[in-house]
Amino acid sequence: MSEMLIRGADVLGQGRADLLIRDDVFADPSEADVSAEQIDADGLVALPGLVDLHSHLRQPGREDTETVASGTRAAARGGFTAVLAMANTDPVTDTAEAAEHVAQLGRRDGLAQVIPVGAVTKGLKGTELAELGLMARSAARVRVFSDDGHCVADARLMRRAMEYVRAFDGVIAQHAQDPRLAGPDACCHEGAISGRLGLPGWPSAAEATIVARDVQITSLTRSRLHVCHVSSAETVDVLRWAKARDIPVTAEVTPHHLLLTTDEVVSYDPTYKVNPPLRAAEDVAELRLALADGTIDVVATDHAPHARHDKEHAFAEAAFGMLGLETALAVVIETMINRGALDWATLAMRMSTVPAHIARLPDQGRQLMVGEPANVVLVDPGARAVVDANASASLSRNNPWHGRELPDPVVATFWLGRPTFRR
Amino acid sequence: MRHLLSAADLDLTSATELMDLAEEMSLLQGRPVKKLPALRGRTVVNLFFEDSTRTRSSFEIAGKWLSADVINVSAKGSSVSKGESLRDTVLTVAAMGVDALVIRHHASGAPRQATEWIDAHVLNAGDGTHEHPTQAMLDAFTLRRHFRKSEPGLADFAGKTIAIVGDVTHSRVARSNLLLLQTLGADVVLVAPPTLLPAGVETWPARVCTELDEVLPIVDAVMMLRVQRERMSGGYFPTPREYTIGYGLTWPRLQLLKPGAAICHPGPMNRGLEISAEAADAANSLILDQVAAGVAIRMSVLYSLLGGADDTPPPSAREGVAA
Repeated sequence: MSEMLIRGADVLGQGRADLLIRDDVFADPSEADVSAEQIDADGLVALPGLVDLHSHLRQPGREDTETVASGTRAAARGGFTAVLAMANTDPVTDTAEAAEHVAQLGRRDGLAQVIPVGAVTKGLKGTELAELGLMARSAARVRVFSDDGHCVADARLMRRAMEYVRAFDGVIAQHAQDPRLAGPDACCHEGAISGRLGLPGWPSAAEATIVARDVQITSLTRSRLHVCHVSSAETVDVLRWAKARDIPVTAEVTPHHLLLTTDEVVSYDPTYKVNPPLRAAEDVAELRLALADGTIDVVATDHAPHARHDKEHAFAEAAFGMLGLETALAVVIETMINRGALDWATLAMRMSTVPAHIARLPDQGRQLMVGEPANVVLVDPGARAVVDANASASLSRNNPWHGRELPDPVVATFWLGRPTFRR
Repeated sequence: MRHLLSAADLDLTSATELMDLAEEMSLLQGRPVKKLPALRGRTVVNLFFEDSTRTRSSFEIAGKWLSADVINVSAKGSSVSKGESLRDTVLTVAAMGVDALVIRHHASGAPRQATEWIDAHVLNAGDGTHEHPTQAMLDAFTLRRHFRKSEPGLADFAGKTIAIVGDVTHSRVARSNLLLLQTLGADVVLVAPPTLLPAGVETWPARVCTELDEVLPIVDAVMMLRVQRERMSGGYFPTPREYTIGYGLTWPRLQLLKPGAAICHPGPMNRGLEISAEAADAANSLILDQVAAGVAIRMSVLYSLLGGADDTPPPSAREGVAA
């Protein structure tokens, strides 16, 4: 039996308490053994371990850019105790075997729970359904399905996928991008800056129209829809409309869409090339409002590691994506907590409880109470630091926050009682 | 001036000086021995990721007449598909000890990115659908000569209105010309169907008009842009015929043009599509003068980058993109 007594943490910002971790659960602090290790959490906020609905861990296939080991080390540093690993690996996670392989890598190497996301269509090609049911019934217990990186653009296929996963309480996480309005060349937000820079634009309407369609399909099928990485005010409008009608749609926003704007692109630095693209300041403002009022349910990182040689091309030819696991909480604190738009308890909903619920993870996103799984992150709300890309646990360096001063909140992360990160 | 990436890098003084210097350089073109020792010992590499015989030859001759060692490197195809990054290609060439890199690239922003990786001067010889500043310089140079000849003694560009007609969205020539002409004091009207006007064009320092016939009687020069073949099948306009009828400088339209107004085209022309043979070969067509001005302007730019008091910081830390 091992014990760890966390003393005087501000639990969810709602008052100080001691937390006793005994093995993998919380126990009554008054029963702490005198020999228990003690952590002075004076001034620290305790939150449930964070859950990331959207990560690219790149294993199998691109172990030069990230592995389950390195990606979950980054996750632990960022306060996460669970990450959903997107299906666009090589091979694609589109079979039960592939899903079980990722889950097993997680059990072997993970510093956080690793849950595979299954592809919606075979090979992410958007033409035939992948073996959704077999993935769901496999040992990996897949519940979230996504062709992320590609939109399930065919409306009929989307309808079938939505209907089919209802059998096992699955959810389709849609990468909303109409491929006719925003094709593979579209590399930045369509607006005054793309026009000036001569870069092929990706209009917000290409996202909002797919979400509007999918909301209607959700209404038709009464299945669960989750919208990945919402980037535009137009999409927020559609989500507000859907939620007002109790259509079962949830949505996520990335940290980078909460802080960075398309203005970054004027340098042509491919570090800022991401899909969906960074948008205008008005979009950022609307996304923050939506996250505050719950129109957007969760923050998810879209952590997307890339090798330097895949980024050091001309902007239009460089890979899409940026790192996010280590800095997600910092950015949410900067954009939401420090501006009074979110309190700690609501942040815990957006970054832990609700994502765990969407992914149907029974051991994650729980309350910090006796008997519950001991997933907890200790946060120093005032600490700040300049982000150094070279200090990252990720194997990749495509870090848009490099050189910026941000909160440096994570002091310690415990996953099922096990310290996965301690400063 | 350390690099020339955008026409916005030039202010009125520097643009005027470049044109004045180009006038001097152009005297060389008439001489039997066309060589100045100005850049002896300096090395210029034309790094072309995209074919362009005309622009490359023009830079090559400009460099050679200034006595620089000029090397042409075709990097066509050395890109994503072959596994070599832009950075690798640029560093490899720069490592040979070059003083200036003249970069042509099919993707916007590549020359700007190169300045982050190397110390050599970088000259944008056309990047994607972004900019082509030396083309704008030679267009302005040609127009200035025309204005001085037709209205001697008057201000060169002040009070002049110039129309840029055609595929503005995909034209690096249009972007650079607009920025430079604005700097020089001219008014610019962009004329195109809405499908060929870029996002945010309403924020550009230009009037926008979708009717060519309304514009022709009031402009002092008209610049016709080339219609790329891939646009014809891209749904930007219904048919080439409809484009020509709406936006081509046809023979009947020539009659609408203000008398003496100049006709320009950056080439290569699609005769019969955006410009008729009658317009291209008209007395007031400057199209061949534009080509002739290319060498003088590029000599002037190369000399300004590499000659004289070199390696001073740029006059301003302006971003190398359109402001």
